Amino acid sequence: MKQLIKANLIPVGIIILFGILTPVFESALDAYVQTIFIYCLINVVLSVSLNLVNGFTGQFSIGHAGFMAVGAYASAYVTMTYPSYLGGVMGAGGAEGILLQIQFFINVLLGGFVAAFAGWAVGLPSLKLKGDYLAIVTLGFGEIIRVILLNTEAVGGARGMYGIPKIANFFWVSSWAFICILVVWRLVRSTHGRGFLSVREDEIAAESVGINTTQFKTKAFVISSFFAGIAGGLFAHYLAYLNPSSFTFMKSFDVVVMVVLGGMGSITGSVISAVIITVLPEALRPLQELTQIDFRMVIYSLALVVLMLTRPQGLMGTKEISDYLKFFKKRGSSNV
Amino acid sequence: MSEKCLLDVQDITMKFGGLCAVNKFKLQLKKGELVGLIGPNGAGKTTVFNMLTGVYRPTSGDILFQNESLLGLKPFDINSLGLARTFQNIRLFKSLSVLDNVLVASHRKTAYGLMDSILVTDTRCELEDKARADAIELLKIFNMENLIDEQAGSLSYGKQRCLEIVRALATKPQILFLDEPAAGMNSTEKVTLMKIIDSIRDKFDLTILLIEHDMKLVMGICERIVVLDHGVIISQGAPQDIQNDPKVIEAYLGASVLEAHS
Ligand SMILES: Nc1ncnc2c1ncn2[C@@H]1O[C@H](COP(=O)(O)OP(=O)(O)OP(=O)(O)O)[C@@H](O)[C@H]1O
Ligand SMILES: [Mg+2]
Repeated sequence: MKQLIKANLIPVGIIILFGILTPVFESALDAYVQTIFIYCLINVVLSVSLNLVNGFTGQFSIGHAGFMAVGAYASAYVTMTYPSYLGGVMGAGGAEGILLQIQFFINVLLGGFVAAFAGWAVGLPSLKLKGDYLAIVTLGFGEIIRVILLNTEAVGGARGMYGIPKIANFFWVSSWAFICILVVWRLVRSTHGRGFLSVREDEIAAESVGINTTQFKTKAFVISSFFAGIAGGLFAHYLAYLNPSSFTFMKSFDVVVMVVLGGMGSITGSVISAVIITVLPEALRPLQELTQIDFRMVIYSLALVVLMLTRPQGLMGTKEISDYLKFFKKRGSSNV
Repeated sequence: MSEKCLLDVQDITMKFGGLCAVNKFKLQLKKGELVGLIGPNGAGKTTVFNMLTGVYRPTSGDILFQNESLLGLKPFDINSLGLARTFQNIRLFKSLSVLDNVLVASHRKTAYGLMDSILVTDTRCELEDKARADAIELLKIFNMENLIDEQAGSLSYGKQRCLEIVRALATKPQILFLDEPAAGMNSTEKVTLMKIIDSIRDKFDLTILLIEHDMKLVMGICERIVVLDHGVIISQGAPQDIQNDPKVIEAYLGASVLEAHS
């Protein structure tokens, strides 16, 4: 109990702080900046979770948008079909408002679990095989999911899903981003995480010391898919509108770029590059409107080429912000 | 078969296409034995290890460990039964720390759940502390306890080989397979290593099968030596007998030497 409380007191405090800051965030910043901020955080969830598979476990998944779509549609569908199963009424304040918040939390979590299940179903067979089958299978999965959604009338088909209540706010999105970072951070520093790393380093050696590599790869992949689903749920309940075209291969590619740019195996790197890649196209919007060219792709390609030439290991390599702090403080906390 | 026979290798054969790398290899290891497996380059020694540890499935033959067949088991299953190995072409987790390399191997003893990891429960902390202490204890055998934070890939060649042995020991094996553990070391290091290998056998109650190129080196510590050439056992027995066996000398020095002598 002692360790449990000691380790989690600050995280709980941070989440409470997010709650306190929410009204400030909503009143002090203009709507446009708020939106970009929220997208940054959603992308942080996506890139940090994908890093668990691509960076820490050394596998190559390129279908994160597919799992995001699963989580988004699953949670939005439940919210739309059962708007107030806990008894709250849309737009109600006070106690009923809290019920709706709890319900939202459950629905997003549900989306995460459905995505995790999809991750298990897709991951297990392809991770059993040696070689880069995961890339091919996840690529296919992302496209299949999109086509299925496009043709499913119950979730709006090509028209998409309208009128999803906009419940995801600063509090929820930042809390989930924080939880995602914390979970991945602690996981890779645990016995499970060392298993992931050993798979990345040398599968034959890992098996020789008793690591069931397929099991560890699947574990990483399922956790990663779970958070992709969570990101989807947050996205759906922030945008208040879903369309299959939000989850094309381009979205998956965005996330892969974030991971590679930030550094495979660096959580700090994933966070930084998620922010850069979200903000950059917005910052370049005036230029784009002036020249009528989609500069995003130009920037992507340029950034990747320059990075691969100058820093092939990504912005952070495998280093974390704590490694630099340790350097200054000359003492490190290894456990948390 | 005697009761003390821990590992019974029955006529295992390994064919790679047309090449018969190992032909009807047999071996019985008794508990506590230290046996040397020697032979010239390409004799099939490493292939034998790969079959014993589940990396390759023998084309024919059977491997019994405590009277249970190991055929068809995955390398990690075989390791969890109590057989550990090192690699001739060092296979460390290069970018991980020395300590983490050993801790990966003790994951079965560090069995806390995902939730324990995420919430940092007391179970996690206790098991982590214990695993860490055990790992450092093992590293002390090779005087490596002050290197725990070094990156494994940055260690000297000799230290990397020692770390592989420590990593294998951390899985708490009954049988240890060492594939040329002294390769790349200088002669004093080699002698020290052989002494350490002999001592860990007693300390951990191990049975060891040791591959080595240098015949003289294993003479001192092995009770028994098996000589492999072109995939076939050409001789086995006590070190002194092996040393004087003309077939072994021929295999090592080439037929021409013997012909020149006669
Ligand atoms: N995977 C494989 N595919 C094809 N041939 C192989 C394979 N592994 C080993 N061989 C061949 O089997 C023979 C025995 O190789 P092995 O590595 O077992 O020899 P060794 O006794 O360990 O030699 P060294 O002393 O050089 O390590 C060699 O001719 C080798 O080329
Ligand atoms: Mg060999």
